[in-house]
Amino acid sequence: MTINLTLLVVMGAMLAVGIYLLLERSLTRVLLGIILISNGVNLLILQTSGRAGEPPIVRDGMEAGDYLDPLPQALLLTAIVIAFAMVALLLALIYRSWVLGRQDEVTDDEEDRRVAATIGAHDPEEDADVGTETSEFIDAVDPATGTVRSVSPAEPRDDAATALTEGSRGAGES
Amino acid sequence: MQFEVVDFVPLAVLIPFFGAAFAFAFYRNQATQKAITIGALILTVLLELVLLAEVWHGGAHAVQLAGWPAPFGISMVIDRFAALMLVVSSFITLAVLLYAVGQGAAEEKNDAGPVSIFYPTYLILVAGVSNAFLAGDLFNLYVGFEIFLTASYVLLTLGGGEARIRAGVTYVVVSILSSMLFLITIGLMYAAAGTVNLADLALKLSELDRGTQLMLHVMLLVAFGIKAAVFPLAFWLPDSYPTAPAPVTAVFAGLLTKVGIYAMIRTETLLFPGERINTVLMIVAGLTMLVGILGALAQADIKRMLSFTLISHIGYLVFGLALSSVIGMAATIYYVAHHITIQTTLFLVTGLIERRAGTANVDRLGGLARISPVLALLFFIPAMNLAGIPPFSGFVGKLGIMQGGIAENTWITWTLVAASVLTSLLTLLAVSRIWARGFWRRAEDVEDPERIMLQKSLVHARAANKRLLPASMVAPTAMLVTMSLAFTVFAGPLMNFSRAAAQDMYERTPYLEAVLGQERVDGVREELVDFTTGYVVDLEPNDGGAAEFAPVRTSLQPEVEIDERGSATVEVEEQAEPEGGDE
Repeated sequence: MTINLTLLVVMGAMLAVGIYLLLERSLTRVLLGIILISNGVNLLILQTSGRAGEPPIVRDGMEAGDYLDPLPQALLLTAIVIAFAMVALLLALIYRSWVLGRQDEVTDDEEDRRVAATIGAHDPEEDADVGTETSEFIDAVDPATGTVRSVSPAEPRDDAATALTEGSRGAGES
Repeated sequence: MQFEVVDFVPLAVLIPFFGAAFAFAFYRNQATQKAITIGALILTVLLELVLLAEVWHGGAHAVQLAGWPAPFGISMVIDRFAALMLVVSSFITLAVLLYAVGQGAAEEKNDAGPVSIFYPTYLILVAGVSNAFLAGDLFNLYVGFEIFLTASYVLLTLGGGEARIRAGVTYVVVSILSSMLFLITIGLMYAAAGTVNLADLALKLSELDRGTQLMLHVMLLVAFGIKAAVFPLAFWLPDSYPTAPAPVTAVFAGLLTKVGIYAMIRTETLLFPGERINTVLMIVAGLTMLVGILGALAQADIKRMLSFTLISHIGYLVFGLALSSVIGMAATIYYVAHHITIQTTLFLVTGLIERRAGTANVDRLGGLARISPVLALLFFIPAMNLAGIPPFSGFVGKLGIMQGGIAENTWITWTLVAASVLTSLLTLLAVSRIWARGFWRRAEDVEDPERIMLQKSLVHARAANKRLLPASMVAPTAMLVTMSLAFTVFAGPLMNFSRAAAQDMYERTPYLEAVLGQERVDGVREELVDFTTGYVVDLEPNDGGAAEFAPVRTSLQPEVEIDERGSATVEVEEQAEPEGGDE
């Protein structure tokens, strides 16, 4: 079987990037990862038909090997439709999760919290009292004017987030 | 053109689909929706009963959709195993549907969207499950999985509350990942063998390089292992199932993981027979049992506890599968049918407990046996059945699997037999803890009781029962409990049937003949028979091989006759309770 090297490399890259994104905690990135993986898999199925050939419509005097194998494309179409539905559904779930809890992250499950409570674990990074606004984008929008606040390059993003959190905590106390 | 009854096999998928479409059309009218849904499911059950009767003695049948012959078109195959799974699954879904109707359409107040979606989605779930059971090629199997998984995403996040969304996201991402793995495997199989038809693959895969075979085999097992919740891949399950409404959790717990197991059994027997990775499977099975049941012991919430016992009992099924023997597989088939019923029943009863007591946390339950003896009975029977106490079907199934292990007689199977016994005892411990705390202790002893549990007198409490436990919910639960008892009463014929199904699957020729036609199979029949007799123990019990491999002679031994076509039929002998001879 002949395989297109470009497609193979692209597929590998898509799967690798997709898996990397899937391991993130942010749901939007997980979704992006799923999109990349599903398209990588689609490319894989496409390649199983071998090298491109003549359209698979029977004609007299053609060698069987000259036709393109049409089955993978049929499978591929079904897979695309299914992946599309999945992505739409997941997007709705993520949006709902954002509306309800202002969470764009995979939250700890009950078991995690119970184990943490039992052994009295406290991870300063995970358990610190932070604001619920975890998005990278919403902080930069000024709610009064609706304009995007520019973040100066001298001020690293993390510090900006911390400052904002402290600000909100101060507001809560007063 | 002559039609046979088995030609109507695709209707098992189509009826629920059409039902779903009509139910969607009547979205404004809940009563019509209910009638359509219940009617469609009853029709499906009747059809599948006819199909089961048709294949009871007859082996496998294939339907080539649109008339395209097998390796090119889409085939739907029904054999004994598939028919049994179809009937059991439809009965379960019907009972759960009636329960959900009783409960008011799975928490109607939460499902207050513009379109009422519970019933149509439920029917789509049924259609997907049926499609997966009947699929004759890998890709159709994938489509079946996707249909019921998509329906399950919707059902799991019904109402869209915060807890359900949180659980739903994990479930969806894990399921999509496993589907992607499955799809990759399908692509690789097509690249390697040039077909996705299961019967065709069965013949072509054995010609491949052994390394390639092993890779495809393991990838497929990992993909199905995630769906079936086998040990290292099971941690999504207890996190996502318990948050859904009781009927939804019940049907998920009963059915969805078993479809994964079904796919594993099907591909393991048809595509990759032999014992290459049996030891690994057994280690995985043992770990699934033990880790699952230890997790169950740590839980206070009944739903979470049951989710962990579900994982642990998947271990039994994997063990039975890994034995690669007719005894083990027969018991596994029987145990799958039993376990679907039991697990669903227990989740339904838990729903009732939660309704009556306001909580499913064992620490806050008490005195239920006094308040509602019926509820106590409905819990007690399936709970003991789950633990495998002798007269019940759980015992028969577990005994059969352990006999398979003993017959194999290697160190690993003995270890697994020991693990099975231990798991069984720990299951008993887990359910008897619920029994002792929730039902047996006095309500006054509970530290932080729900107010609803503290009625002034027994008369008041019994009056509240009427309101909280309507007959429309108790009756379907009782129906399932009766069905689980039927597995015990008819254990003899059912075990013989499972044995015939197992024999069919290991012989492989009935399935292949049904799909590919006799001429094609005749060319390779000798190879197939050689392979099967070389690998599978006691395929022909008359040859003395059975005695060699099965030192424990029991009444569960099959009485098999080989007819002139080479397929086996089983004599349903007149016998008392099958466990009678095992003592």
